[in-house]
Amino acid sequence: MAILVLAEHDNASLKLDTAKVVACGQAIGGDIDVLVIGHNCNDAVSSAQQLNGVRKVLVADAAVYANGLAENTADVVTDVAADYEHVLAAASSHGKDVLPRVAALLDVNQLSEVIAVVSSDTFVRPIYAGSALATVQSLDDKKVMTVRSSAFDAVASDGSAELVTLTQEVAPQVEFISQSLTVSERPELGNASVIVSGGRAMGNSENFGILEQLADKLGGALGASRAAVDAGFVPNDLQVGQTGKIVAPDLYIAVGISGAIQHLAGMKDSKVIVAINKDPEAPIFQVADYGLEADLFEAVPQLLELL
Amino acid sequence: MKVLVPVKRVVDANVKVRVNADNTSIDTANLKMAINPFCEIAVEEAVRLKEAGSASEVIVMSIGPKASQEQLRTALALGADRAIHILTDEDLVPLSVAKLIHAVQKKEQVDLVILGKQSIDSDNNQTGQMLAAIGKMPQATFASEIKMNADQLTVTREVDGGLQTLMLPLPAVVTADLRLNEPRYAKLPNIMKAKRKPLETLTPADFDVTLKSHQTVLKVTPPAERSAGVMVSSVEELVEKLKNEAKVI
Ligand SMILES: Cc1cc2nc3c(=O)[nH]c(=O)nc-3n(C[C@H](O)[C@H](O)[C@H](O)COP(=O)(O)OP(=O)(O)OC[C@H]3O[C@@H](n4cnc5c(N)ncnc54)[C@H](O)[C@@H]3O)c2cc1C
Repeated sequence: MAILVLAEHDNASLKLDTAKVVACGQAIGGDIDVLVIGHNCNDAVSSAQQLNGVRKVLVADAAVYANGLAENTADVVTDVAADYEHVLAAASSHGKDVLPRVAALLDVNQLSEVIAVVSSDTFVRPIYAGSALATVQSLDDKKVMTVRSSAFDAVASDGSAELVTLTQEVAPQVEFISQSLTVSERPELGNASVIVSGGRAMGNSENFGILEQLADKLGGALGASRAAVDAGFVPNDLQVGQTGKIVAPDLYIAVGISGAIQHLAGMKDSKVIVAINKDPEAPIFQVADYGLEADLFEAVPQLLELL
Repeated sequence: MKVLVPVKRVVDANVKVRVNADNTSIDTANLKMAINPFCEIAVEEAVRLKEAGSASEVIVMSIGPKASQEQLRTALALGADRAIHILTDEDLVPLSVAKLIHAVQKKEQVDLVILGKQSIDSDNNQTGQMLAAIGKMPQATFASEIKMNADQLTVTREVDGGLQTLMLPLPAVVTADLRLNEPRYAKLPNIMKAKRKPLETLTPADFDVTLKSHQTVLKVTPPAERSAGVMVSSVEELVEKLKNEAKVI
């Protein structure tokens, strides 16, 4: 029984998500190989080789794979999957784009956002924005699943896996036009140990400045509710929630966020939750370890002074 | 160009759901049901493409129990031209749903299928991608903007790092994210008109597709509750607690 893990990377570097998905693979048990599909991705490949417990790193390196488009990536994964019983990827925007395509090409269903392994064919996954957990047994001969990385601890980087170069190339179907990625010196939301998130109450993007200062003081990342993203205060990639990013930092500070179930779905597994809200009835206080009923425009500057 | 929009009947996003007594599923009896919010965004986008002259017809479809016709009528009131209901009381997995959508797409010769990126009940986020694979079509998931020029589709997608723009040949599959548009409210005359729009009812057996059993739900349980925390009375107290009690700063 062998497990294939699709690497999460941006060619230049391997994302920590991959080490967390490998941890999920270890919980299933069996030989684990990592597949890196990209272009000029040597650094990502050598990081993957170092992941603890990985047997082989398979590499498909060609210009058509440079942008990680689902069609090309899925074709390669499907080819390689012939030798594996489990195919895993992070439940990132890339994993979610590619893996259902792989599952359909293999004529199996997919399990999305797995958070726990019960046995090699039975897994736990959240449904209804995390209002319930379903324990699901797969009847398919191949188990294809995306893994919620916040639910697994990354494996160490002390290994030395064998390198295998793949040669298949596929014809592109889609034309890549452009990409505008948010440039930030702050840690990535998914891997930050502290996150400061703002909601609709921030009012505008200038006001988010105080949360940026707070995030920087704490060495943390910036997050937001859907309302703040919809209003254009911050870019879409900061959205935390059922349909945004799922995070579980050591400290999550929710500022001017009401705590709708869709938002809680993305952060309620944080170790310590702080909520600052001027409404004592705000549902966010029900999940907060420390609640402060206050006007954020007074409380946050005070907080900045005291830290 | 015909546009097909599959929609799903789900528990309304504002309703708090509970696990049933025997831990086998969610108790949905007597809950307010609605069109899945992402599907609604997909319908709106298709209607806008028609209003802009890019689409000739908007067909909506739903696979589910008889009551799914309510959601099809909602979609018709938003401006879709006609509806196809595939009647089944079985809870089909995304792969089976994608196979049925593909069968409808072939039958109706549809060039563009717009779906919601995920349904807010099962939270799978799979059907569009699977449909694209089955039909060997290109896909643009998590769309926040769609532009149609002649036969070229340009789609901006919300990805983890920001935004990505792709150009796709037709036929193609697009899945809608939250910021693609803000769906209109159906006006009363349109709700009335929707009652007279064609709605065809079929069953999975009417299509040449083989649906298999792929998984068994062994149990459904409530998540661990967070134990209630404390309210602090000042910013000073908060900082003190974070430093000395929680030890996170
Ligand atoms: C299909 C679907 C998917 C969704 N996905 C997500 C998702 O992924 N993530 C997400 O976040 N939401 C999501 N939502 C939206 C969600 O339901 C809420 O609408 C949203 O989270 C509300 O954002 P908010 O808390 O910033 O705004 P509001 O609910 O408006 O809350 C603002 C809060 O700020 C407080 N406040 C106002 N002024 C001040 C002040 N001066 N000082 C302190 N506090 C103040 C108010 O008391 C209030 O509690 C989704 C909704 C749907 C239907």
